[in-house]
Amino acid sequence: MSGEQIEIQVIASIVAAACALPGVFLVLRRMAMMSDAISHAILLGIVLAFFLVGDISSPLLILGAALSGVLTVSLVELVNKTGLVREDASIGLVFPLLFSIGVILISRYAYNIHIDIDAVLLGELAFAPFDRLFIYGRDLGPASIYVMGVILLLNLAFILIFYKELKVATFDAGLAAALGFTPGLIHYGLMGLVSVTAVGAFNAVGSILVVALMIAPPAAAYLLTDRLPRMIILSVLIGVLSAVSGFWAAILLDANIAGSMASVSGLVFLVVFLLAPERGLAAIARRRRRQKREFAGRVLVIHLLNHEGTPEEARESEVGHIEETLRWKEGFAKSVVGYSVKRGMVLTENGRLRLTEKGREFAGRSVVEEFIA
Amino acid sequence: MDVPGLFSDLFFDYTLRTIALGSAILGIVSGALGSYAVLRKQSLLGDAMSHAALPGIALAFLLTGSKMPLVLIVGAAAAGWVATLFIMSIVNTTRVKYDTALGMVLSVFFGFGLVLLTIIQKRPDATQAGLDKFLFGQAAALLERDVVTMGILGASAILITMLLWKEFKLLSFDPDFASTLGFPVRILDIILTTLIVIAIVLGLQTVGVVLMSAMIVAPAASARQWTDNLGIMIILSAFFGALAGISGALLSASVPRLPTGPTIVVSVSVIVIVSMLLAPRRGILWRWWRERRQRGRLRLEGILEDLYSLALEHNDPGHAHSLSVLRLMSAGKGGVEKSLEILSERGLVRAVRPGEWALTTAGLEEAEKTMSERSGMSDER
Repeated sequence: MSGEQIEIQVIASIVAAACALPGVFLVLRRMAMMSDAISHAILLGIVLAFFLVGDISSPLLILGAALSGVLTVSLVELVNKTGLVREDASIGLVFPLLFSIGVILISRYAYNIHIDIDAVLLGELAFAPFDRLFIYGRDLGPASIYVMGVILLLNLAFILIFYKELKVATFDAGLAAALGFTPGLIHYGLMGLVSVTAVGAFNAVGSILVVALMIAPPAAAYLLTDRLPRMIILSVLIGVLSAVSGFWAAILLDANIAGSMASVSGLVFLVVFLLAPERGLAAIARRRRRQKREFAGRVLVIHLLNHEGTPEEARESEVGHIEETLRWKEGFAKSVVGYSVKRGMVLTENGRLRLTEKGREFAGRSVVEEFIA
Repeated sequence: MDVPGLFSDLFFDYTLRTIALGSAILGIVSGALGSYAVLRKQSLLGDAMSHAALPGIALAFLLTGSKMPLVLIVGAAAAGWVATLFIMSIVNTTRVKYDTALGMVLSVFFGFGLVLLTIIQKRPDATQAGLDKFLFGQAAALLERDVVTMGILGASAILITMLLWKEFKLLSFDPDFASTLGFPVRILDIILTTLIVIAIVLGLQTVGVVLMSAMIVAPAASARQWTDNLGIMIILSAFFGALAGISGALLSASVPRLPTGPTIVVSVSVIVIVSMLLAPRRGILWRWWRERRQRGRLRLEGILEDLYSLALEHNDPGHAHSLSVLRLMSAGKGGVEKSLEILSERGLVRAVRPGEWALTTAGLEEAEKTMSERSGMSDER
């Protein structure tokens, strides 16, 4: 591993962690698409700030971009408030316009200066180590590490300081307002944070992939836990994991690093989506199957109890007949019988089923539980 | 700007004609189908589908080695489809919300598309030139055969919406009712989504992945302001889309270094803003003006009522009352003098002495009428 590769991985990990922190709250507050809007609209802020300052590497550009992010949020809310269009439509109306104005300004007035729209959208992490920070002529490493490091600390500080407020405002906005937490302030604080993070990160990973790193890891974490602190930590871990393994996938395929990081974060979500212990597709399917068999077992013993001691008992306790009356498929009946035998509810005697004492008692209780209570 | 020259170019200049025609077709198709997306609260689905189209385009190229528009369109549509499927199954089976699923699928698909693009770029046998134009669109690179493809696909999409008019209408406004009537809601949903995917894919070459979502949302959101009728809305929306497409194409052709896609988006946004401000009944200015008029009317009525109740107190309709009393009674709402002047112009009040006012006979009748109307209203409640 070369020094450059290590540096890229460090930058990518910091970006991923910094994105995941505000991302958790975006996902929980159902504002994920706002990150998409903001990350596009910051282009306009960068361009305008560049026209004012005239220096492409000025830190004021970050401020301009962050302001334009907040402007986007306020514009979306303004359009919302008119009640003329739905909320999703107002997001879809605002950010393409701001982005378009940004693109037009660049191609009209800044075509000879290096603001590459491709780079804004796609980012080029591979070049990040070349932009280094020098103090008194000493090489202190890539500048992005410091920029993103500060942003990461900012996000962390915001979440730690306003943890209680964020939590209440996220899960119960009404209560937050009643307690005097001014949800509006927290909302705009969070949006400002998203903007600053998007600006810092777009340099490295591009604006569209900022969205991936903000949303995919928290979405995966959301399926893994019910507790907010755990969700935050998991999101950061998943983000960093996606960043590092995305980097290696990119090296292997000789492809765009940011795109590969986004793909891996999507892949991680897919795995969680399929395999998460309680909320994954596999777990849901397993639970449904188990419940179905359990219920069928109850139906079976109740059926046997029902006919116990009646003249039809001999016929009603034949497996083939039960299958027909209860309209079970052949394989299913066999598995239900096997399951019930294993649990000691029934016995098989030359093709007929007979309740055990335990089964009789269970059936009686089931009738009460399932059909009377 | 040489306007007549521009218009003659529009018909006789090959490049400009092709671009304008392509943009117009794009505007019509995305405007018409976008109406359904907006009405079904799927405005941002267009955003997701257009981003998701990127890996589809790249894969189609990787698999076939062809850059034929039809091949790429099929790839894009398939990817848009898979993305929609992912979004729906995530939302339906887990507690992850719609916006999260949308944003994630959008960005992850796009990222995957980028990976594929860079892989294509580095293959020795193929140049990806022509593929990256899908990112931002490149209307200038439109060829006549592209426009013909767009025209045929767009026309068939619109034809299908016309054939399934009743079904789509019901699906958009009351899907539950549609399914109780026995319509195959699921299949209809699939058809409609496919048509929207086609509309999006048509625009990718012109305005690009990033801005295509605006072409789905904006014309429809504008048209919605002017009418409550679905048919009129769709026609208006198609018209707005075409208007934005053509004017954007013309503008970018006549001004140097004005990229077509963003210019079209700015044009369509201007249409949105104008519609939201001016549309009758719903528009912001319209509402403001109506409220203002109502406020004025209520103020006049209030003064009349005050004078009337004073007259009742004094048992003399002609009794004059000073301005200060009336001011006090209107509880600091202001504009009392001006209202009195308007009322006296209408012959409802008269100044007995300077600064002292009384009802005229007509004013008395008017006051009685409004009072009884109002008490009638409160009785109904």
